[in-house]
Order: sequence, then C-alpha cells, then structure tokens
Amino acid sequence: MTVLGIENVSKSYGEVHSVQGVSLNLGEGERVALLGHNGAGKTTLMRMVLGLTPLTSGSIQVLGMPPGSRKARAAIGFLPESVAFHGALTGREQLHHFARLKGVKRRVADDLLERVGLTHAMNRKIRTYSKGMRQRVGLAQALLGQPRLALLDEPTSGLDPISRHEFYDIVDDLAKTGTAVLLSSHALTELESRTDRIAIMSKGHLLANDSLSNLRKAARLPIQVRVKATAETADDMAARLGGSRVNGASVALEVQQEGKVSLLGQITGLGDLVKDIDVTPASLEELYRHYSVPKQEGK
Amino acid sequence: MSSIAIARIELLIARRNMWVFTSLILMGLFSSVLTLAGGAPTGTLGVDPLLIATTSITTLSVYLIPLIGLLLSFDAIAGEAERGTLALSLTYPLSRGEILLGKFLAHLVVLGFAVAVGLALTAGLTIWKYGSADLNYLPLLKLFATSLALGAAFLGIGYTISALAKQTGVASGIVIIVWLICVVLYDLGLLGALVADGGGTFTKTIFPWLLVANPADAFRLINMPTDTVSTLATGLGAAGQASGFAPQLASLLLWPIFALGLAWGAFRRIEP
Ligand SMILES: Nc1ncnc2c1ncn2[C@@H]1O[C@H](COP(=O)(O)OP(=O)(O)O)[C@@H](O)[C@H]1O
Ligand SMILES: [Mg+2]
Repeated sequence: MTVLGIENVSKSYGEVHSVQGVSLNLGEGERVALLGHNGAGKTTLMRMVLGLTPLTSGSIQVLGMPPGSRKARAAIGFLPESVAFHGALTGREQLHHFARLKGVKRRVADDLLERVGLTHAMNRKIRTYSKGMRQRVGLAQALLGQPRLALLDEPTSGLDPISRHEFYDIVDDLAKTGTAVLLSSHALTELESRTDRIAIMSKGHLLANDSLSNLRKAARLPIQVRVKATAETADDMAARLGGSRVNGASVALEVQQEGKVSLLGQITGLGDLVKDIDVTPASLEELYRHYSVPKQEGK
Repeated sequence: MSSIAIARIELLIARRNMWVFTSLILMGLFSSVLTLAGGAPTGTLGVDPLLIATTSITTLSVYLIPLIGLLLSFDAIAGEAERGTLALSLTYPLSRGEILLGKFLAHLVVLGFAVAVGLALTAGLTIWKYGSADLNYLPLLKLFATSLALGAAFLGIGYTISALAKQTGVASGIVIIVWLICVVLYDLGLLGALVADGGGTFTKTIFPWLLVANPADAFRLINMPTDTVSTLATGLGAAGQASGFAPQLASLLLWPIFALGLAWGAFRRIEP
C-alpha cells in the first residue's frame, strides 16, 4: 500500500526553484534515504509533505489524504532538521506535551524516552542537554503514536557513531511495524545496509531512485582491487596484472563487475607473491557523485 | 482539548519565566506601597480607604498592566518561529487558532494571578490598617475585572506584533514603542489638542471619544471616581468622562476581541 505518494511536485520561491518535478512513492515498512548536498531541496520536499508550505505544482497524498490535513498530520511523525526545544522545560515535560497533542498516553512517552536512552536525564532541563540528547528528544517525539509515515530530516547530524548505530536500530524496528520511513542525509557511509532505497536529489531534481545494488549496477563504477606484494616484487606484479604500483609495495587495479572473477583468478595464480588482497566495490559516496555531478554539468 | 495542552505547557514555562516573576514582584510591591502610603489619615470624613487605594493603584496599573501584557506575549510566536518549535507544533493535529487560544489562556491566568496578588495585598493591608467595617469591595472587583480586560487587549496586541515581526529581538523593540504610544504619547497628543482647542467643539464632541477609544484611557476612566480624583490623576480632566460608562465598558470589552482577531489573522499568514 502506498503511504506517501509524491507526483511531479515542484516548488519555487520566486526565482529559486527549490524542487522541480519530483515523483517518489513510499510503501508500508519501506526505508528510503533522500540524499543530496545542502540546498538540494530535501527539507523543502518534506515541508510540502507536512503541509507547512504549499506546492507550486504537482500533488502529494499521505495515505490518500491531502498534506496538512488533520488526518494526514495525525499519521506522520516528523523530526525537524534543527529544532531547539524550550530550555526551561525538562525532556519529560516536553515529550508529555507532545504526547497530549497526539492523544498518546504519557506512559508511552516514558517508554520512548527509555527507547532513545534519555531516561537518566529526563528530569533535567533541556537547556543542559548536549546536541545529541536534544536530537533524541526530537526523535522520541517523532515516534509518538506509531506514525504510519516518519519524516526524519538529517536525523543523525550531531550524533556520535554509536548513537547513529542505535538510531538506525530504532528506524529498523519502526519499519518492521509497517511505518514508511523517509530520512534525509548527507552523511553516506552509514546508509549502506540500513535503507531499502536511495533517492538522490540535486538542485531540486530527483536524479536517481532505486536500491543500492541496482544503482551500483546501473552506474558501472569500477571495483577497486588492491594487491599487496613486497617492495621487490611490486613492479613486476604491476606489469603482469596491468595495474599501477602504489605505496611502495602494493598494486592497485580497477575492474568492472563481469571481469572481477577472472582477475581474482589471475591474482591467485601468482601464488606466494601475493601477501594480501582488498576488494572494494564503489562506495556510496562515489555513487552519489556519479549520479549528482555529471547531470549538473550537462545541463 | 489541544488548547488546554498548549495552555498547560505555557504555564509550566511561565513558572520559570523571568518576566512573570518580575510582573508578580512589581504588582505586589506597588500595590502594597500605594496602599500604605497613599491612604488618607484614619477617620477622614468617611472616605472609603479602599476607594483611595484603588484609585492610586489604577493610576499605576494603566502603565503596568499593558506592559505586563506585552512582555508576556511578544515572544509567543516569534520565539517559537525562531526556535523551530512552531513548525513542529504545526505538524501535530491541531489548528493555529487552538495554539493561539491556549497561549492566551495561560498568559491571562498569569496576568490575573499577578493582579489578584496585588489586590489581595491591598485589601489585606487596608483591613489591617482601618479594620474591615464599612469597606466597599466593589471598586476592587471592578479594578480586577477591568485589569483582565485591559491585559487581554495588550496580550492580543503583543501576539500580533510577535507574528508580524517573526523575530523576538524585533518584536521586543516594537512592543516597547507601542507601549509608549498607548500609555504616554497618545494622552500627551490629546492634551496638546485640548490646549490648542481651548474648550471648543473638539473638546466637547471628538475628544471624549478619542479618549475612550484607547483601552488604557477607558480603563482609567472606568476606575476613577467621577469627581475630584480623576482631575488630579490625569491631566485630561473631567471632559473625558463626557462619553459615559457604556462606551468605556464597550472599549474594554471590544479591544481584546479585536486585538485577538488581529493576532489570529497575522498568525494565520505565517509560513513557519
Ligand atoms: N522560505 C524560503 N524562501 C526562499 N528560498 C528558500 C526557502 N526555503 C528554502 N529555500 C531555498 O530552496 C532551496 C532548497 O533548500 P532546502 O530544501 O532547505 O535544501 P536541503 O534541505 O536539501 O539542504 C535552497 O536554495 C534554499 O535557499
Ligand atoms: Mg535541509
């Protein structure tokens, strides 16, 4: 079932075309990452889904309802990009307030505080919280009331690596209960195994929208192979494999997916000369650059 | 229902708000000082000591109540817009009208509490000084009710400024200017016109209506005894009373409604 339907949506602020002809669908339990540099239009797209700003053209449906309608809002959990809760309130007071607005029991709010790891600090003023702790308050309120759609705008900015890991665990649990999750980011590495689909935006356009493995296949970016030899044998090995010598004792090679197995066979054939092998597929960062840069120049 | 939740969190914030604390201290302090210092010597010609106290407190409240109303409200919308909590609140299933109503309820409670504390001190001190016999509490109740109306009007004006300015810094500057105009400059202007007119048609026909159109002046007129004291307390004299009680009451009742309507209109136009 389609939870979020975005159909050919555009948004202009005067001469600034923030979002241009974007179409994107999210089904139940799907985790989609919206990637794009600063100013790509990610936040604007989310604001339109929330009904905070009107569309210039196109249409959006949240569970078949228009964005911003009371029912649509009741079905959405939103974590804003940068939010500063009132410093005079405690984390618990703030979350209880949001629970009341959503018609959720305060017990549930307390459980969520535990889920995001804030129980120890919940009776302290938010003014004393670190940036990561504030982000957790924001995440907790977005989870209130089992939303059918979660919009998380740069949710991991300000979180340390371990917190990020915990954050994605929460997202996974959320998706397992059927919530569609759309999260924006420009930190790429962490997304690899944590999302079902990747949507890449640049200058308001949606340039790609597919699973990571399909994006890899379509981009045809070479696989990086690095073979470790010794300082004496590296030049010889580079010549035999057709690569180039790096770092004194290693050989770097690039190969497409279909040539990978035969190359590895060739390397194994060298026997004892090979001390170690590293095989790295194109990183998300390279993919992102592949999809976002050339089209900008071609325009 | 959502308005109650908003009012609740606003009261929680108000409890820890410096302005609220200041308002309470100011109201309590000034009410006590005016009651103790301004009272007539015991046994003077049967003048109700409570009436004398409320008269001097009225003179002060004309300045203080609008100030408190504006200080409570100038941050209400601009502050949330700046922090980003406004956008977040608006993604919850509640309307802007409910948000505004909730804030208004909370701030009116705070204001009412400050006024009530001040007037309770006045009543207590008066009883302590003169005994409770023969005291007429009506002026006190009238002062309380009209203080709420005056405060509500300036809360509405403060929300309007907050919504239009969108930045707390700007909003705080504008409310001080608006306060100066409403409680000082407006009256000075009228006084100047009065002097220039020298008791002509302006003084008799237009002036009383211009005076009562300002809620602060309507508040002063309605709480002042018609004769002597008002002439002393305001330079504007008895001519001001010409409009009568009904327009004064109407001004105090219509201003809150008008100002809140304005605030709602301005708030609705904000894109958070
Ligand atoms: N309220 C606004 N008025 C004018 N321009 C805006 C407004 N909001 C966003 N923009 C512009 O729209 C573009 C996309 O911004 P945004 O959606 O915030 O990007 P992202 O979230 O991907 O970093 C930017 O060029 C930004 O300057
Ligand atoms: Mg953004």
